[in-house]
Amino acid sequence: MAIKVFVPRDTTALAMGAEAVVTSILAEANARDTEVELVRNGSRGLFWLEPMVEIETPSGRVAYGPVTVDDVESLFDADFLQGEQDHPLALGVPEEIPYLARQQRLTFARAGVIDPVSLDDYLTHDGFKGLEKALQASSQTLVDEVKTSGLRGRGGAAFPTGIKWQTVLDCDAEQKYIVCNADEGDSGTFADRMVMEADPYMLIEGMIIAGLAVGADQGYIYLRSEYPVAHQILNEAITNAYDQSYLGDDIRGSGKRFHLEVRLGAEAYICGEETSLLESLEGKRGMVRAKPPLPAIVGLFGKPTVVNNVLSLAAIPYILANGGQAYADYGMGRSRGTLPFQLAGNIKQGGLVELAFGITLRELVESFGNGTWSERPMRAIQVGGPLGAYLPESQWDTPLDYEEFSAIGAVLGHGGVVVFDDTVDMGEQARFAMEFCVAESCGKCTPCRIGAVRGVEVIDRIRSGERPEANAELLNDLCETMIDGSLCAMGGMTPIPVQSVVQHFPDDLIRAADTAGEK
Amino acid sequence: MTSGTPNWDRQQVEQVIDSLKDKPGALLPILHGIQDVQGYIPADALPMIAEATKQTRAEVHGVISFYHHFRQTPPGSHTLQICRAEACQARGARTLETYAKARLGIDYHQTTADREISLEPVYCLGNCACGPSVRVDDKVLGAVTPARFDTLVEELTCTPLEVK
Repeated sequence: MAIKVFVPRDTTALAMGAEAVVTSILAEANARDTEVELVRNGSRGLFWLEPMVEIETPSGRVAYGPVTVDDVESLFDADFLQGEQDHPLALGVPEEIPYLARQQRLTFARAGVIDPVSLDDYLTHDGFKGLEKALQASSQTLVDEVKTSGLRGRGGAAFPTGIKWQTVLDCDAEQKYIVCNADEGDSGTFADRMVMEADPYMLIEGMIIAGLAVGADQGYIYLRSEYPVAHQILNEAITNAYDQSYLGDDIRGSGKRFHLEVRLGAEAYICGEETSLLESLEGKRGMVRAKPPLPAIVGLFGKPTVVNNVLSLAAIPYILANGGQAYADYGMGRSRGTLPFQLAGNIKQGGLVELAFGITLRELVESFGNGTWSERPMRAIQVGGPLGAYLPESQWDTPLDYEEFSAIGAVLGHGGVVVFDDTVDMGEQARFAMEFCVAESCGKCTPCRIGAVRGVEVIDRIRSGERPEANAELLNDLCETMIDGSLCAMGGMTPIPVQSVVQHFPDDLIRAADTAGEK
Repeated sequence: MTSGTPNWDRQQVEQVIDSLKDKPGALLPILHGIQDVQGYIPADALPMIAEATKQTRAEVHGVISFYHHFRQTPPGSHTLQICRAEACQARGARTLETYAKARLGIDYHQTTADREISLEPVYCLGNCACGPSVRVDDKVLGAVTPARFDTLVEELTCTPLEVK
C-alpha cells in the first residue's frame, strides 16, 4: 500500500521550497520502486520548520523539517517513509512539538492536518457540524449563540460580532450580503491566509451560517491579490462545495440558499477598511465612506451587509458546533475565546500561535519565539500591524488583551507580532509609518492625505538635525491632527507607531539629529 | 500611428469584458481579467470598459490609477515584487531592495532595458515569518538574500544582465 506523504501547499512552505521537495521525493520514490501517495496539506504554522514533511505511519503521523531538496536522499536512506526517527531533521509526532502542544487550537485545529480541498477530510474532522445545527435553528437562535460566545471582530476593531449580526438581522430588506474581509494587509499577519490555505471549508461554513443567521443569500470573499495561493485553494474549495450542494439554491436539501464568490482586490491596503472594501467590491476606487450609516444598515450596493474578518467567520463553526459558552470559556475580561497570534519579523521560531487572550507579550516572543532569528538582543516589538505601536522592553509584560493594550496606547489589531533586533533604527521605522500612509491613503480626507506627506518631511528634518526640537513639536501637533481629524483608522492610527517611537525610542530620532549636526 | 497601445489583442479584451460585464460591481473583475491576459490595461481598452460598465472613461481611469496592481504600460517578461513592509524590514528587506535596484539597474515601477524584469514594491505577501519576501509572477519566495536574488535573476533572464 502506498505510504501517505504530506507536503504543505501553504505560501510559506512553497516560498521555502516545498515544490522542489515534492518533485525530489517523487523522483526518489520512483527510483527506489516505492509507492507514495502525496497529500498537499496546509501548514500547521510552524514556519521555521517549513517545508515540514509528514509521513503517515500505522501509529500516527511523524514530521521532518525543514526539508530541502538536498535532504531527500538521506531521509529515504534513514527510512523516513517508515517513520524512522534517526535523522537530524526528525521532529517526532507533530502534535507533541512543544510549540504546538502548548497552544489552544480551536480555529486552527485542522490546519496542516487535512487536505484543504478535500471535503471528506473536512467532514471526518468535525466539519459542517455547526452548519448541521444552524440549518435546524432560527435566525435569532444563531445570532444569540454568537452573542453568547462573546466573539469580537478579529480584523482589528474588536466590535462584538453578535451585535453586528443582530443589526443586519433586524433590517427589513429583500437583499442582504455577507462580505468576508480577506484583505489581510497588515505586515506580520498571516492567520487569514492560513485559514484560507489550510482549512477553507471552515470559512465557507462560517459564511453560510452567517447568511442563515441574518437572512443573506449572497456572500463575497474580498481577497487581496497578494495571496495567489489562497485564491487558488479557495476557488477549488468553493467549486467542491457547490458540487456537494453545501453552496447553491438548496443547501443539503434544506431548501435554504447561499451563494459565494471570491473577488480579488488590487493591492490597496486601505481596502481592508470595511467601507473602502465595499466601494472596491462595487467596482469603484477604494475611497472610505463616512459612517454612519453603518454598513450593517447601508452596506454593499446599499443593502444591509455583514462585513466580518476571516478569523471572525472562521470561529463561527466551532461556536455553533460546541455552543457559544464553550468558546466564551476561553479568554480574559471582555476578550473572550482565542486569538491566533502571528510571530513574525526577526524571530527564530516564527509562526502561528493560537491561544486564549491573556498571555504576556514577553512569554509569547521568548518561550514560543525563542528569541531573534539574528540571535541579537530584541529591541522593539510592533504589535497590530503597520498602524500598531512599537513596544519597548518595559512594556513586554503587558497581557495580550484588547483592553490591556488599549490602556498603554497600543493595539492588538489582527494579532501580528513583529520583532526587531538591536540593529533597528527606530527613527527610520517612524518615518516608514508615515511613508506607508502616503502610499496607501485613499486621499478622501485631508489629515491623512496631506498629513502623511508632511509627516515624512518633518521626520526627515528632525533626522537631519534641522531645528529638531521645534520640528518635534510640529510632529506632535501633526499626529494629534491626524488622530482627531481623519475619517478612518488609516490616518487616525498612523500616528500610533510614530508616537510610540517618539515616546519610547527618542534617542533614535535625536541620535540621528546629533550625528547630522556634527557634519 | 493612431494607437498609443500597440500590440494589444482587441478581440481578447472584448471576450473578457463580455464574459464579466454582467456581474455586480464588474469593474475590478474586468480589469483583472484584461491584465491577466494582456499584462496591462491598454489605453484603447478604456472606452470599451467604460461602455460595458456604464461609467465614464474618467471613472474607469480613476479606478485603474487608484490600485497599485493595475498597470497602464506593458510589463517586462516577469514582474518582480519586493516586500517593503515591517516584518521583512526586520530581516533585511531594506538591504535587499537597495541591492536589487543596483543589480537590475532600475528603480521601482521600471523595467529593465532588455524587457525581462519589471520591479515593483509590495506591502506584505503574508510570508512574514520567513522574509525577506519576493514575488515573481505568481510565486512567492522567502529568505531572499542578495545572493539568492542573483540566482533568481539569472534563472529569470537565462542570459546574464550586462551593465553597459
